[in-house]
Order: sequence, then structure tokens, then C-alpha cells
Amino acid sequence: MTQPTPPTGTGPLGRREARLAWGLLFPTIFSVSMVVVLPLLSIFWISFKPIGLADLRAPTPVVREALRGRPEAAGDAATLQYRLRNSSQDKPILGVTLTDTIPEGLTLGEIDPRCALEGPSLFCDFGDLDGGQREEIEIPVTVEQAYFDNGVDVDDSPPEITGRSENVLTNLDFTLENFARVFRGDDFLTVLWATVFYTVFGTIGALVTGLFAAMLLNKAFRGQGFLRGLYLFPYVAPVIAVAFTWVTLFDPFSGSANALLVQMGVIDQPINFFGQRPLALIMVTVFEVWRYFPLSFLFILARMQSIDTDMYEAADMDGASPFQQFWFLSLPQLMGILSVLFLLRFIWTFNKFDDIFLLTGGNAGTRTLTVNVYEQAFAVSNIGAGAAVAVVIFCVLLVFSIFFLKYVSREEGL
Amino acid sequence: MSVLRIGWLTGVVLGILWSFVLTFALAVIVAFGAGVEVRPDPLWTLLFGALYGSAGTAPKRAPWVMILFGAVLMGAMGGIGRGPITGSETVPQALLPIANGVLGAALLGSMLLFMKDVSVGRVTRHVWEAAVIRFLTGIGYIVFTAVVAIPFYVMVMTSLKNQSELMQNPLDFSIDLSQGWHLFDSYYELLTAFNFGTYLWTSFYVSVLTVLITLLFSVPGAYAVARLRFAGRTTFSRSILLIYMVPMIVLALPIYIAFSMTGLRNTIFGIVIIYPVTTIPVSLYMLQGYFRGLPAEVEEAGLMDGLTRLQVIWKITLPLSLPALASVALYVFMIAWNEFLLAFMLLDDPSKFTLTRGVAMLNSSEIPRQHLMAGAVIATVPIMVLFLGLEKFMTRGLTAGAVKG
Repeated sequence: MTQPTPPTGTGPLGRREARLAWGLLFPTIFSVSMVVVLPLLSIFWISFKPIGLADLRAPTPVVREALRGRPEAAGDAATLQYRLRNSSQDKPILGVTLTDTIPEGLTLGEIDPRCALEGPSLFCDFGDLDGGQREEIEIPVTVEQAYFDNGVDVDDSPPEITGRSENVLTNLDFTLENFARVFRGDDFLTVLWATVFYTVFGTIGALVTGLFAAMLLNKAFRGQGFLRGLYLFPYVAPVIAVAFTWVTLFDPFSGSANALLVQMGVIDQPINFFGQRPLALIMVTVFEVWRYFPLSFLFILARMQSIDTDMYEAADMDGASPFQQFWFLSLPQLMGILSVLFLLRFIWTFNKFDDIFLLTGGNAGTRTLTVNVYEQAFAVSNIGAGAAVAVVIFCVLLVFSIFFLKYVSREEGL
Repeated sequence: MSVLRIGWLTGVVLGILWSFVLTFALAVIVAFGAGVEVRPDPLWTLLFGALYGSAGTAPKRAPWVMILFGAVLMGAMGGIGRGPITGSETVPQALLPIANGVLGAALLGSMLLFMKDVSVGRVTRHVWEAAVIRFLTGIGYIVFTAVVAIPFYVMVMTSLKNQSELMQNPLDFSIDLSQGWHLFDSYYELLTAFNFGTYLWTSFYVSVLTVLITLLFSVPGAYAVARLRFAGRTTFSRSILLIYMVPMIVLALPIYIAFSMTGLRNTIFGIVIIYPVTTIPVSLYMLQGYFRGLPAEVEEAGLMDGLTRLQVIWKITLPLSLPALASVALYVFMIAWNEFLLAFMLLDDPSKFTLTRGVAMLNSSEIPRQHLMAGAVIATVPIMVLFLGLEKFMTRGLTAGAVKG
């Protein structure tokens, strides 16, 4: 008799379950890899490429065809004209050829040496077109009656044109210039400082403010639900609406905030809140705190309401004062959620783009790394440099994600 | 610290601070509400704060009489220009006594409340801290409410003004009701000349499509992660969390390039395929958390009775998780409705704008401010109505999904 052994490995049922699981996950995996993983890989590729915004459109030969000389009756002479140009000003196109069908009733005279006629079809070979080069071919033609009878125009058979151009995205030209550009000079230090300031103070500010708000609302009273709803407004409203409202409110010329402060006698001259260093950076950080404190407030309040009240009663009995109760009872209970929130908000504040972009456009010392991606890629039209900044961001995030996996996923029970 | 725990001293200190907060708040309300030039007078604010603060520690035998007396005193002083709230000559005669009177009543009344158990002399630590906490709570309510409400108030009021009114006095937010329907001129213009009706509709159906596609993709995925056993499950659920952490701007750049090359830029179709992908990870994460909480026995019973897995999901899991689905749907709707970056980068053609992109278009020096604010109101109101109407679901969705912001 053999010793009974427990089954090892996965049985057929287990395999079926795993197959089903992957089948259910497939749409998600597919779409996420198409839109997240693929772009991430391409960002690395692009960051080593000398590519500008204009290079996105590959150079193509453009042709215009016309019949000149206004022929009116059979036997009139006219000129068939092809005008060719390279759409790009600096990139060459190789092996440009043109094929066109000559409408019936046009007899071609002397043909340009670059062209040849085979039956009704005209074939021309232009060789290579340099950047911005223009070419013109004129062929004298005699118009016959059949042309007018058919009523066909030369444009009705658009000429086919071919040509190869090098796409800068797919060739093997690489450069480190993008990274050199990103790290060069004081600019990078300014950007780094703005990012660190914004992220650290934005996160801490939102957390502390959220803690205060949660303590305010952690008791039952009439209007508590209303106030809670109101305090969530900044987070729920579209960022574009609140950002423009802040810009309007703090406008140096017609803003209410300046007018109010002047009238109350706090300041003498209107202040350009979003336009001068270092105030602009402080203001965008304040905006970040204002917009995201509701989130921390919501989490902290949820945690506070789940704390057992018996503990406070016992502390009261033992003579602990309100501040002591907060410091020695509430705070340790909240430490878990606070640290998770801190890490998450830290990463998200670091990633934030819209808010600063809408408030200052990255001017006046508020250009953070994320805004710098946009600035380099679209304002300076250097996509490669933008991608290089994105790569830098990504590397910083990798470091964060190690912390994240180590602490947060444990808290979240994953 | 114990030196400070003397009733009258605490009253004076808190009273001064509280007096400044209240005076400033009331001055702002009067200035914003009536558009008149009032301002706090620091000296009288301080003196009255000290006086009423120490009065708050007095024996509270007839509080209403005290409050009435406080109101009359400060009102009278305000009338002769010696109150915390003063103003220029243009301020209406009756306003200053009334405003100061109200302030006096509020100041003394709230100080009596703060100093409920505090007497003039030395007080215990317990009583003292309770008073300070009541005071801080009061400040908290005022500051938080003001800071949250003022921007929204300004947004709505600016949209109801016209250019010359705004230039004349940027503080006057009173509404001239005699204008009738002309108050809404900015909105009318946005809806007719600027195509905002179309933008509203575009934003609406893009958001709804995003919700539908997101749920379609993430429900099966979430179920698989929550219930099925397969190699790589933990790795997978962790990497979902990591996906959130990739900033949109980093992805937006290659997406922009790819869309430019394939001709998907400037199409609603492109937007509809990109939005759900940004929300699927969040939604999957939220849903799998909920699915895990459902009793597995119910599903197993279904399996025993001959349902396939897919039928179990459809007939048992989904009906049980309707509240969670509602929360997720609302949250995703909010993300899609508020999305700005991708719409801004990918849409250039004004006939295809979403609402947020349309509002961004209004931010130009040629378009008056009140139009921009009216656009902001139009973008905010639908999401607010949804939020207030379904706050319970929304709050739950926010709490569950708020790893993303």
C-alpha cells in the first residue's frame, strides 16, 4: 500500500479558476497597458530623441496641378503645370515620384526630361526634395474637342505622389541633450525648490487643516450635515472653476481681495498675489491646502467617529484635561490614517499639474516639475526635453512607490 | 501656564482675539453684502474686546440683560464713530450704530458662552481648557466657513454683474433685483454666442460614457481580484495602486503624440477612449474592496445551484453591491466631469469642446470676467447638485477612492 500524498501543484479546477480570472482581468490589463504602460515606455524613448513639436508632422510632398492658358476651343494651346513642394522647411524627402492620369483630349507636347508618358499616365521622378525645396513642371499641351466634350477637369484625377521621409521618432538618432537641458543652470534648482516647497507645505497644510476641520465637526449639532457638505465644496467643484475664481478674486487691478484689504487698511497698495515672487508660490500652496483639506478632513472624521467614546469617559474620570485627551488619546489613534494620508497626498501633490498651470501658468517661481513638462514640451516646443522632465518625475515616483508599497499597502490590507 | 489660568486675564486675551475675528468678519459681510466702505478700527476693536472679554467672566445671572446692555453701548459708541466698525462719510447714517450694536451683542453673547464656567479668579485646568477649546471652535467655524464660502460667493455674484459695475467697485456684491432677467445676461450670452449648451451636452455624455465603460471593465476585474485565486493576485492588486501614482501630465505627452499621429486628437472618440482608462484603476480598487466584504457563502450557494461564475456575478454579486456601484459611478462621473488636462491638450476645435475646455477658452483678456465666472458656475452647478442630492454615496465614494486626487 502506498502512502497517500496530498496533491501538489494546481489541479484542473485551480487552473480553470486562474484562466477565468485572467479572462476577466484582460480588458483592464489591455486598456491600462495601452494607455499607461506603453506611453511610459515611449516617454523613455522620446526623452533621448532630438524632437520638437513641429517634427510630429512628418514632412510630405505637396503637389498642385493646374491647366494654364484658359483654352476655350479645340486646338488651343495650354500648359499643364505641376507645382511641388516639401511641407517641411528642413527635413528632406527621398525618392519623390508623381503619377497622374492625363484626361482624354489633351495631347502633350515636349515632356520634361524627368517625366515619361505611358499611355494616359504620366510618371515623373524628382529624386530627393530638400527641406523647403520647390519644384515645378510645365508641359505644353494641345487641347482637343474631346476634352471639352467630356467636361473633365485636370483636377478630377489628383496626382499620386510618393516619397519617403525619415520620422525622427522611429529612427536611431539619440541624444543626451534633453537631459542636459533639464539639469542645466539655476533653472533646475528653482524648479526643484518650487516642487519641494509646494509638495511639503501643501501636504502638511492640507493635513493639519483637515484635522482641525474634522475636530470641529466631530460632534453632533444642528447643521452639522450642512457644514460637512459645504466644507467638501472645494474638492468637488471642477478645478478650472475654482482656480479661475481665485485668480479673479486676487486680481491686482479688479480683484475683491485687494480692494477689501485696502479698504480695511491692512495694505496700502494692491498686491499682485499670483505674479510676484515668492508670494505666488505661497499662494499656489495655499490654494492646494484650500482645495484638498476636504479630503483629509473626510478621512480623519471617519476615523474619529469610529474611536470608542468609553476611552474618553475613562480619561475624564482620571482627570485628563481636554488637551491631554486630544494629545494622548485622539492623536495616537489617528496616527495610522494620518501617515497614510500624508504619503498619498504627498505623492499626489507632487504630481499635481492643473492647479498651478491654471493659477499662474508656472510663472513667478511656481514652475514645479510637472508644470515644467508642459513648459518644455509645448511652450518651448521641445517635446524631447519635456519627456526628459517626465522621466525625472517618474524616477522620483519610483522612490516614493517603494515607501508606498512598504507602508500603505500594509495599512490597506493588500 | 498656570499663571495664565486666571479668569479675567483669559477673558481679556480671548476677548481681544475674538473681537478682531468677529469685527473683521462682520466688516467683510457688510462690505460684500451692501458694498459700503466700512473698516475695522483696531484701537476700539481691542478696547471693546478686552472689556467684553473680561465681562464674559462676570457672574452670569442675567445674561440677556448684559447682552442687551453690550449691544446698546457698542451701538451708541459706533454711532459717534468710536466703535470697532467705522466707515467713510459715504456710509449710510443708520448703518454704523446697527452694525456695532449687532457686533456688541454677538461679542458679549459669545464671550459669555465661551466663559461659561469661568469665574473672575483662578480657574482649574479643566475649565480653562474647555473655555479655550470653545473659543477655538468658534474661530474655526467662522474661518472655515468664510474661507470656503467666499470664493463660491464671489464666483456666483461676479457672474451676475456687468463690466462697469465690476470696475466701479469690486467689493459691491449686492444684487440689483430691478434688473430682472438682465442679471443673467452673461449666462444667456454663453449659452447662445459661446455654444455652452453644446459643451454641457458633450461633457454630460462623455462623463456618462466614461462611467459605463469604466464599470464594464472594472466590475469583472474587481471580482477576479477579490474572489478568484490565481498566481500573481497580490502583485496585481498592488500594481493597481501604483498605476494611480503615475501623474497624468507624464502620460499626456505620449498620448498627445500618438493621437496627433493617428488623427484621434480633436475627436470626442479619442476623449472617450482615454477617460475611462484613467478611472478604471480607481474604480477597480474601490470595487474589489467592497466585493471582499460581501459574504462568499451566498455566491458559493449560487455556484452549487448550477450558476456559472459570470451568472453569479450578474445575478448575485452585482445586485448586492448596488450601493457601491452607485458610489463608484458618482465618483467616476465627478472625475470625468472635472477633467481638464486631457481635454485641454487634446481638443482644439471649439465645436467639440467639453465644458471644462470651454471654460478654459473664456480665460482671455478679450472676454469679460463675468463671462468666465458664469462659465465656472455652469461647470460647477451640475456637479454640486449631484453632490448635494446624493451626498451619502458621494462621501462614501470619496472616502474609498480618495487615494486618487
